[in-house]
Amino acid sequence: MGTSTRKRQLLVLRHAPYHGAAARAAVDLALAMAAFEQDVELLFLGDGVLQLLKDQAADALGRKSLGRILSSLPLYDIERVYVDAAALARFAIAADALVLPVEPLAEAEIHALMNACDQLVSC
Amino acid sequence: MLPPGAFDREGFLRNLQDWSPEVAQQIAAAEGIELEQAHWEIIELLRDYYARFDSSPAMRPLVKYCAQQLGPDKGKSIYLLRLFPGSPAKIGSKIAGLPKPDNCL
Repeated sequence: MGTSTRKRQLLVLRHAPYHGAAARAAVDLALAMAAFEQDVELLFLGDGVLQLLKDQAADALGRKSLGRILSSLPLYDIERVYVDAAALARFAIAADALVLPVEPLAEAEIHALMNACDQLVSC
Repeated sequence: MLPPGAFDREGFLRNLQDWSPEVAQQIAAAEGIELEQAHWEIIELLRDYYARFDSSPAMRPLVKYCAQQLGPDKGKSIYLLRLFPGSPAKIGSKIAGLPKPDNCL
């Protein structure tokens, strides 16, 4: 077996964007992994889907806009971004209200994705 | 000229509002870089990146953004390394008056 086989690494982002620093820390981890040429796939689960909303009024909180930072993911070559379809439905968020193209997954597909990945980091 | 207290230990501006083209020249001089048109083009691109993505780019996205905005000849590490030797993302961001990129050694 070749050693060049890349491991599939999945980062699960579960936190609302401005509740504490957890969401930002997870996004920083994703960008750091990509900056150091690690393949990483992202799954936004539950409240985490809110991180992807356009037009977050982060300035009002004196914070950086997570939505704007996340819109740079394609520049980091992070191309595989999945979202929890049930959470989108619960918050009544349309896919075009998000900062970048994503792949909505149903619950069974989320389980299949998690099973298919070699490493899973839940933040 | 801004006083030394306007910069942090590594020479990044403490207050991003203090930036001006003159300040860019002051920072560049401290880095031993004389700014020419090619530098200004990247400085403007970095400031545009920050306004758009609320973050300073690491090297990989900087190269890709240059390729998108300025064409494939300029979207190369070697091109950026010639302008900002050592660490283009870090030194370019410093001269452009942006915060230090998070993922820079």
